[in-house]
Formats: sequence, C-alpha cells, structure tokens
Amino acid sequence: MQLRPILSSLRRHKLAAGLVILEIAVACAILCNAVFLIRDRLARMHVQTGVAENELVWVKTDGIDSDSAAPLVERNLLALRGLAGVKAVAVTQTLPLSNSSMNFNPTMDASGTKQGPNIAMFIGSPGYLQTLGVTLQDGRDFNDADFGGMNSWMPQSPSIIVTRALAERLWPGQKAVGQAFWIDKSRFNVIGVVDHLVRGELRGKASEYVAMFAARPSPMLSSLYALRVDPPARDRVVREATQLLVKLNSQMLISDKGTYAEMRADYFKQDTAMAWLLATVCVALLVVTALGIVGLTSFWVAQRRRQIGIRRAIGASRGDILRYFQTENFLIVTLGIVLGMLLAFALNLLLMTHYELPRLPLYYLPIGALALWLLGQLAVLGPALRAAAVPPVVATRSV
Amino acid sequence: MLGYYLDLALRSLKHNKVLTTLMILALALGIGASITTLTVLRLLSGDPLPQKSARLFYPQIDPNPLDGYIAGQTKPASTMAYPDAMYLLHARKATRQAALALTQAKFMPQQAHAHPFFGDAVMTTADFFAMFDAPFQYGGGWTAADDESRAQLVVLASFLNDKLFGGANSVGQTVRLNDHDFRIVGVLKPWAPQPRFYTQSLGGRSYGDGEAAFLPLRTARAMKAGPQNIECYADVSDINNVETAPCMWLGFWVELGDSSAVAAYQAFVSGYARQQVALGRFQRSETALLDLMSWLREEEVVPDDVRLQAGLAFGFLLICVVNTVGLLLAKCLRRSREIGVRRALGATRREIFTQFMVEAAIVGLAGGLLGLGFAELGLFGIRHQPAQYATLAHLDLAMFFFNFVVALLASLIAGLLPAWRACVLAPAPQLKAA
Repeated sequence: MQLRPILSSLRRHKLAAGLVILEIAVACAILCNAVFLIRDRLARMHVQTGVAENELVWVKTDGIDSDSAAPLVERNLLALRGLAGVKAVAVTQTLPLSNSSMNFNPTMDASGTKQGPNIAMFIGSPGYLQTLGVTLQDGRDFNDADFGGMNSWMPQSPSIIVTRALAERLWPGQKAVGQAFWIDKSRFNVIGVVDHLVRGELRGKASEYVAMFAARPSPMLSSLYALRVDPPARDRVVREATQLLVKLNSQMLISDKGTYAEMRADYFKQDTAMAWLLATVCVALLVVTALGIVGLTSFWVAQRRRQIGIRRAIGASRGDILRYFQTENFLIVTLGIVLGMLLAFALNLLLMTHYELPRLPLYYLPIGALALWLLGQLAVLGPALRAAAVPPVVATRSV
Repeated sequence: MLGYYLDLALRSLKHNKVLTTLMILALALGIGASITTLTVLRLLSGDPLPQKSARLFYPQIDPNPLDGYIAGQTKPASTMAYPDAMYLLHARKATRQAALALTQAKFMPQQAHAHPFFGDAVMTTADFFAMFDAPFQYGGGWTAADDESRAQLVVLASFLNDKLFGGANSVGQTVRLNDHDFRIVGVLKPWAPQPRFYTQSLGGRSYGDGEAAFLPLRTARAMKAGPQNIECYADVSDINNVETAPCMWLGFWVELGDSSAVAAYQAFVSGYARQQVALGRFQRSETALLDLMSWLREEEVVPDDVRLQAGLAFGFLLICVVNTVGLLLAKCLRRSREIGVRRALGATRREIFTQFMVEAAIVGLAGGLLGLGFAELGLFGIRHQPAQYATLAHLDLAMFFFNFVVALLASLIAGLLPAWRACVLAPAPQLKAA
C-alpha cells in the first residue's frame, strides 16, 4: 500500500482530519481512565471477608438495656438454634462490611507508652467463630471459660483471637499465639489466629486488622443475631427467625434483617452503581466517536467520487479503494491514539491529585489503542465499501 | 432576513436527514449527561439556608494530645467535648448558640398492637430552632430554663406528627420515647435543609429526610440516649458517661450578627483554648470559626463520585461537540457550490456566516430539546440509585434554562469553524466546477 497519496490527500483536509484525531484522542483519554476506574471499583468488590458468606443470615434488634435481661438473649439463642436448617447461632456486635465498626488503638506494652495501630473489635457470644465460619489457622478457639462479662464497652475476658494480617502487622516474623497487647492497662492475650476477617468497613491495608473478643450476652452484646444455616434455607430462616423473636419478645424491635449476601451487596451498591454508570458512558462515547467517523468518511467518499472513478478507470481494483480508506482511517486513528495516550496520562495525574487513585498501569494503553483501532476500522467499513462500489464510469461523466 | 436563513437552514437539514439526526442525537446525549450530573452537583453543593448561612458559624477547638500535631497545619477537632460545649453555651457570647448531637430513639406508638420503631433524633439546646429558622406548624421550641431543668419536652418533625397523630395539632400530648414520656411542645412544618449541615461529623446522613424528633440535650442524656458518633482523645473506661469521659461528640453552632461580632467571637474562642492550654487540659491551641458554607466545604460534603460523574459528563460533551464540528464541516463543504452561487448573486461573507450559524443554532435547539429528555431520563435513573440524595434529583427551572444555554453555546461554538470556512470560500472556483 502506498502511503504517499493518502498523506498528500490528508494534508489537503487538515481541518477535518484534525477533528477526528482530536475526537479519538479525547475518547482514548477518557476511555482508558474510565476502564481503569471500573477495574478499581470491581477490585474493591472482590474482597474476601473471611466469613461463610453463603451460609450466614442475620437479624438486628434493639437488644436489651439491662444486665438482668441477659437470660432472655440466651433463651432467644436457644430457640433460634431449634429452627430447621440452623447449624449455629450467636450474638455478635458487628459483621464484616456491616458499616458499623468499633475501633481502638491498643498499647504494645504494659506501661502504655508504645501505641499500636487502629484495630477493629469483634465481640461475640459462645460459638461465634463457628457461626461466622472463620477458619482458625493457629492456636485454639475460645472455650467456655473464656466467655465473661462486659465492663462498659470492654469484654473482661483477656483471651483474644487475631487475624493473620494483624498478627503480621503487630509481631512480624514471630508466633502470634502467646503475645499480648493492652487497652487502658488491661492485658489481652492472643490464644489463636484466624485466616481472614474483614472489619465493618474497608480501610485499605488495615481492613483486616481485627481482634476477636469473647463475652456472654449483655446490653452491649445483644442486638445482632447471626445464624449459620444450610444455604437453601437462608430466606426461610430469616423469615422464621424474625417471627420467632417477635413472638418470644413482644416489645422487641427488629430494625433490619437479611442474608449476608444482601449485606455485602448493600455495602458495595454505590460502587456497583458507579461501575455501571462508567460502563454506560464508555459505550456512549464509543458510539458517538464511531458515528463521527462514519459521518466524516461518508462525506469524503461522496466528495471524492470522481477521483475514485478515475482511479478505478485506470486500473485500481475494488480492494485497492477499500484498503485506501481503511489505511487512511488507520493513520488518523493512530495519530489520535498517540495524542490520546498523553492526554490519558495527564487526566490520570489530575484524578490522582483529587481522588485516591493509583497510577494508570501501562498495559491499559495498548488495550485502549487496540479497541480504538478496531472501532475505527468498523466505523470506516461501511463508507469504504460504498467507495469501493463506485463504478469506473463515473470518471467519464460530467465535465 | 432571519426568516430566509431559517428557511435555508431547515431545507439543508432536511436534505441530509441521517447526518442531521446524527448531529442532534450526539449533541443531545452530551447535553443530557452534563445537565443530569450538573443538577446533582448543584443540588449537593447548594446552600441549605440561603437567607441565613452567612451569619451561622461553627467554632472548633482541639483537646487532642500533641501526638502528630504540627503547629499551624493541623486542623482543630470537628466536634466538641461536653465541658467545652457547655462553657461556650453558657457564656452566651453570640446572638444565639446551640450544642447538638444525633441519637437513635425508639418510638412507642400509643395505639395497642402497634410496633415500636426507631427514628433519628436531634439532642440539642433551646436556640436551635430560632437559629436555624426551623418553621413551626404548631407550638414552639423549649426555653433555656427547660434545658437546665431537664424538662421532658419534645418537638416533632411534621412526618412523625403525621405518623403518630395523623397530622393533627398534638401540642400538649405525650409521646413515648426510649421508654419515657415526653410532652410535645411543638410540631415543625416539613423541614430538611439540604445538605444537612448540622449533622456533619455527628454520624448522620448528609442528605435526605430530616430527623423525626428534637429533644433537650440534657433530658435526652439523662434518659441514656447515646450519641451517634463519639471520638475519644484519651483512654476511656466508661463510655456510657460521655459528659465526663475525654470524648468529643457535640456539634456547636453560633449565630453572629456582623463581622465585628465574628472577630470578637473568634478572639473569645482562641482565648478559651489558650486558657485551657495554660490549665494543662489542652495541648493544642488551634481554633477555627468557619461560616456554614466553608464548613460544608471543609467537611467535603459533596461525594467524590458526583464530581467524577460531572467531569466525565463534560468530557463526553466535549467529544460530542467535536463530533458536531466535524459533521457540520462536512455538510458545509459539501455545499460549496451553493455557497458559490449565493456569493456570486451578491450575498456578503457576513450573510453566509450568519446563515450557517443559524443552521448550527437550530441543531443546538433541537439537541437541547432532546437533551432535556435525556436529562429527565438520567435524573430518573439517579432517583433509582442507591444514594442518600436520590429522591432529591429533580430538574428545576434554573437548570431547565441552563440546559438550553449549554445547548446553544455548544452548537454555536461547534458552528463557528464550519461557518467561517463557508464564508471564506472563494466563489469563482466553485462556480467553475459547477
């Protein structure tokens, strides 16, 4: 294919070609960054919470307000355990991604001089590790003796279980079981380590800085009932558990309930909506850009009908004409992509200063380029075929 | 003359229906997207109390320990501890002042068999209603004396009054709240300033429905109503007693009449902070006194996602405009002969230019009209999004006109280049070619 005639004809249409190049460039910049944003959102949504997501359901109530009512919670737990399909039941004070999290900063020595990182506190009643379905990696589960009362918001039992992520943060390279930290001069001893457990809200690297405490039901630990059930029974158990609780406690207020899958979807609904919106804009962008290319190429084809006729008359094949327009489009789109990549990086820098976004990975550029080349070729195909269909006899008509 | 241009433009647009449709459609998509996101952005960054926001201020002090403090750079704490808020409240150095916190209250309907339900409530002090221009349907607020005596009084929001009393005048009746009886002293008219400036940093939502009930702060606390957001600056042993715990959980607002009052209050607050530093209770002497709109900016109340969406929509509009320039240019170059003939028959360059701009304007108006449809569709989509502000997303009159301004501007800018190309075309070669 000879490039010279294409280049010289493009030079005569600087303005129109420039517009297409500009359009492609802006589209390339927006597209690369939008796809990157979508990936960023989707990656956030892939977090592993550490609990048995498919087996967990929950009912949130207003709880009890005095210690004397604690036996009622024990009775409720016993009754819930009797429901068909329920494998384990416990009250906990929070669940991963529930948007509610109690956090604290421990001290790493008894004197309270060395501050530790921000850690989320999980508290649960007997059997809550099994109810949540977290897997113990080292050490042991809480035993009956570990569950004690609550002193205001703090569990009195000194036994805690930490996540692997927290163990590696607090005691890198050491065995975590047997270590300890302090809260307000009270010592807490690590008796076990679990694989994964995410706190009430995502916090980047600190999302899994979780310590699990043990306590018996009390006013501070009485509102959130977690049930581990057979997956097919989830919806039925949610319904029956709610009815049972209301029947047993006439004044109880059920503020929310659902399966864990719903809680997780709820946490990410904003991200899901944003990802869909970005995807929609990307598609609209591609359609408009393609339409622009179709429009301009159609115009060029119409304008050059006579030249095409002459070329055909002096021996050019249909394929030659088709390839001419395809090559022309390829050149224009390539120029647009080159400009677009610079723009994409500039836009990414701008986004990085305003939002917590990492740098655009380089491999987005070839993918974006490929997409736009394909788009250009698809858009130009129609007009180019029409050009190829121009009969040589056109050359002999008029003038 | 304009009539003639209109006629010419319509003819030319009709001549190539596909191209015209493409132009209008692309422009409308861009405008629809931009107007949708702009409406949301305007809604979210609006002034919640336009008549008063310049006179409302949010004083801040900082009881945090020195850890991580950089003098002159670290911003003071966003909420206040109880002793500080009470000192400022009782000092009465401003025209009006109120401390407030949010809580979840349990409401018990009087009817038998009715289930109790949770609702958001504001725990605050007497000046709240007058300071924030909260309009009363029935009755009124409580007094500072009621605050001190822990009177069991409550002001209901109109939607709660509708729910509990069917909208009737309920002043004097009692409502059972957190297992205590409260006497209703007032019922508000529907009132929910957007964004909800006074809930910032207190653990509440920034947009959407207002709170269901308003309670005297000390009364509510005596009934063990817990604040929604507590931030502690030292080790705490008893979180239930937040009045004495080293914890911040109160927002504090003042109304100040003029700039000299603002300066005086600023001096008063920083004097208090310095005094507390001297006493050894504070380590940081940083203070601030932001007006309402600055406070909302400081709190970054507009979600990042919304700004991102607006930026994206304008990027899209830019593509659509470039697209329209290209297509208009194609159309105009195709009509070189017609232009040549018109020029030869005596049309001036200015007339050719005007003719093409009229054509662009028609495309713009059509794009604006269709774009309005897209914007309504977009806002319909936003209303079904999982966001606090979803129900508020409606097109108002200002945005309705702005829609056409954007459409006309976009199309006229798009039309400039093609119209200029058309009017500088030399007539002779075109006539020869024909």
